[in-house]
Amino acid sequence: MTNPNNATITLVHRARFVDGHGLTIPTFRLLKDDGQLYADAAEPVLDRQQALAMYRSMVATRLLDERMLAAQRQGRISFYLQSLGEEAQAVASAAALAPDDMILAQYREQGALLHRGFTLDQFMNQLFSNEDDLGRGRQMPVHYGCRELNFMTISSPLATQIPQATGYAYGQRLAGEAAVTLCYFGEGAASEGDFHAGLNMAAVLKTPVIFFCRNNGYAISTPASEQFVGDGIASRAVGYGIRTLRVDGADTLAVFEATRQARQLMLEEPQPVLIEAMSYRLGAHSSSDDPSGYRSRAEEERWRKRDPIGRYRLWLGHRGWLNEDEDRRHSDGLRRQILEAMKRAEQKHKPPLESLVEDVYAAVPRHLERQLDRLKKQDAANRKRERA
Amino acid sequence: MKQMNLLQAVNNALDLAMARDDTVLCFGEDVGHFGGVFRATSGLQDKYGNDRCFNTPLTEQGIVGFANGLAAKGLKPVAEIQFADYIFPAFDQLVNETAKFRYRSGNQFNVGGLVVRTPYGGGIAGGHYHSQSPEAYFVHTPGLRVLVPRGPVQAKGLLLAAIDCPDPVIFFEPKRLYRAAVAEVDEGHYQLPLDQAEVVRQGSDITLLGWGAQMEYLLNAAELAEGEGISCEVIDLQSLLPWDEDTVVESVLKTGRLLISHEAPLTGGVGAEIAATVQQRCFLYLESPIARVCGLDTPFPLALEKQYMPDQYKILDAIHATMNF
Ligand SMILES: Cc1ncc(C[n+]2csc(CCOP(=O)(O)OP(=O)(O)O)c2C)c(N)n1
Repeated sequence: MTNPNNATITLVHRARFVDGHGLTIPTFRLLKDDGQLYADAAEPVLDRQQALAMYRSMVATRLLDERMLAAQRQGRISFYLQSLGEEAQAVASAAALAPDDMILAQYREQGALLHRGFTLDQFMNQLFSNEDDLGRGRQMPVHYGCRELNFMTISSPLATQIPQATGYAYGQRLAGEAAVTLCYFGEGAASEGDFHAGLNMAAVLKTPVIFFCRNNGYAISTPASEQFVGDGIASRAVGYGIRTLRVDGADTLAVFEATRQARQLMLEEPQPVLIEAMSYRLGAHSSSDDPSGYRSRAEEERWRKRDPIGRYRLWLGHRGWLNEDEDRRHSDGLRRQILEAMKRAEQKHKPPLESLVEDVYAAVPRHLERQLDRLKKQDAANRKRERA
Repeated sequence: MKQMNLLQAVNNALDLAMARDDTVLCFGEDVGHFGGVFRATSGLQDKYGNDRCFNTPLTEQGIVGFANGLAAKGLKPVAEIQFADYIFPAFDQLVNETAKFRYRSGNQFNVGGLVVRTPYGGGIAGGHYHSQSPEAYFVHTPGLRVLVPRGPVQAKGLLLAAIDCPDPVIFFEPKRLYRAAVAEVDEGHYQLPLDQAEVVRQGSDITLLGWGAQMEYLLNAAELAEGEGISCEVIDLQSLLPWDEDTVVESVLKTGRLLISHEAPLTGGVGAEIAATVQQRCFLYLESPIARVCGLDTPFPLALEKQYMPDQYKILDAIHATMNF
């Protein structure tokens, strides 16, 4: 790589400005809309079991999203955020990782966690903020995290995970682990200062981190055209000296292969990679949002036709790997399991009062013990008032 | 006069300010066409165009830095930070830059006219990243003004005054009350004084002091105490920096007792500052220690939000303890 400060440079003697569109990066795609491979595309190395596991995770993610969005509308949970149309990005990228690889997510990557083996009960415990929630009922629904599955707990402030991923990956490198870190974020979050800080540090410090940008066209109501000018997020990474690939985010095989190769690259030589996955946020931003106020139905319909699960299902069909009856039975079974897990989670208790003061520090300090004592008395008094 | 909720009052204030002065600009995340996630800026882009009401890229440090530059140029930016919890990426711009523009340049440059509006506070099932009350960080920063309205009338009058103020202002809006607080609001242009507390209810036994969304709980507690024969004077501080010592001290000299309540954690909270000052100026008149009913010294929770919040019952119990000291 040339360094403009000291390496060989090319001189010109007429001013020639490079504009924001001067760098256009192509999109990596393997599957055509009809589920057939492009003629010059190489099929990724995937056995039937792996291929079906990805499919099932995507379907499960969609069923979970559908059910929990309905649960939010019924007032059973306070908030939800679905990943409709983006299931392939999370699932196929996570599928290309090893279990020891760390994931730092934004909040629309439930598919990655599900694929790693987070159980329906674990999802529900978090969504219902009950006493069995691994995060102990402290964060809003969809802020999952699981130490055991190497999935760092999600934080709401956007982009803060990006420089953290750089640091985590540097730690992996120092420890000599054959593992990498994958960091998800949206194209909106890529406007934050943390994005620029995180990428630049990763490039300079050569850390094995995959920056995975889900460019889904919107940050709440703000379209990508009001978020950045130039050739998307990918060209920014190039500017930082980072290896970059743009991929069709609705092409399960392409996302899988892109992530697999990125990981391979960094195991050979520690260095960051950025993958920009192009897709569309088909649903509302969250259960508090209504996209009809800022985009047309026609636009949504155009993208609905490019459903990632549909395209992948066609490929599995061509391969002879999907049995329709079995598929239907599997989905029906899943729906039932989701409902059962929801009922179980709903019936569990809230976290105890003590959980308010625990985990603020490694041990509960005296002043918080005192505050808890006072709160317990207060709480008892309030209960009495409520009964009266 | 017209019935407005707090959001409508904010929207009305912005509308009037933009109509009267074309150097007033509104911007932030989702603020333009969409009108902000809470709809405080709705309709403004249609009325005043994309140059004066617009979406910014998603970067709070960018938004406030940009606002600093605009204000230094003499314009009046009203920037929205989508939630007060997300003001921290802009912290450096606010506390090192916004606050010190005038001072460090020997008054050659200033960012008067800059207002940062941001929804704060709990009670909306938002967990700890949609519920914080970060006012104390800013109250520790000389050069800023920090305002918190308690209802629609105050929101409009204080916001209009903030936009005209020659100092930069952080304007915390109680989001729990955005739609819940409704009042008759004057449709014309009016301003409320920026450094004056308001005595909202007269009383003689104890002074209850708060601001923003806490005022509702203080007033409820005062009502409950009234039923037991305890007469509470209730004061809305409104401006936290600078704050109106004289109104508070005058009241405490009369009642002999003070209770301060805020949602933010107790330690290092604004209540501590007020208690210290009042203790110094009213020492010989105090009949009991100054009470504070505040958030716990923990992050804001989700599942146990109700237990965490300093509500009317916690306040009422503290009134009893203070009266019976
Ligand atoms: C620092 C910060 N600012 C603002 C927000 C509020 N917010 C939550 S999601 C969001 C949009 C994010 O868009 P993007 O990163 O593109 O991801 P997408 O929702 O499209 O998946 C905003 C502005 C936040 N969570 N954190």
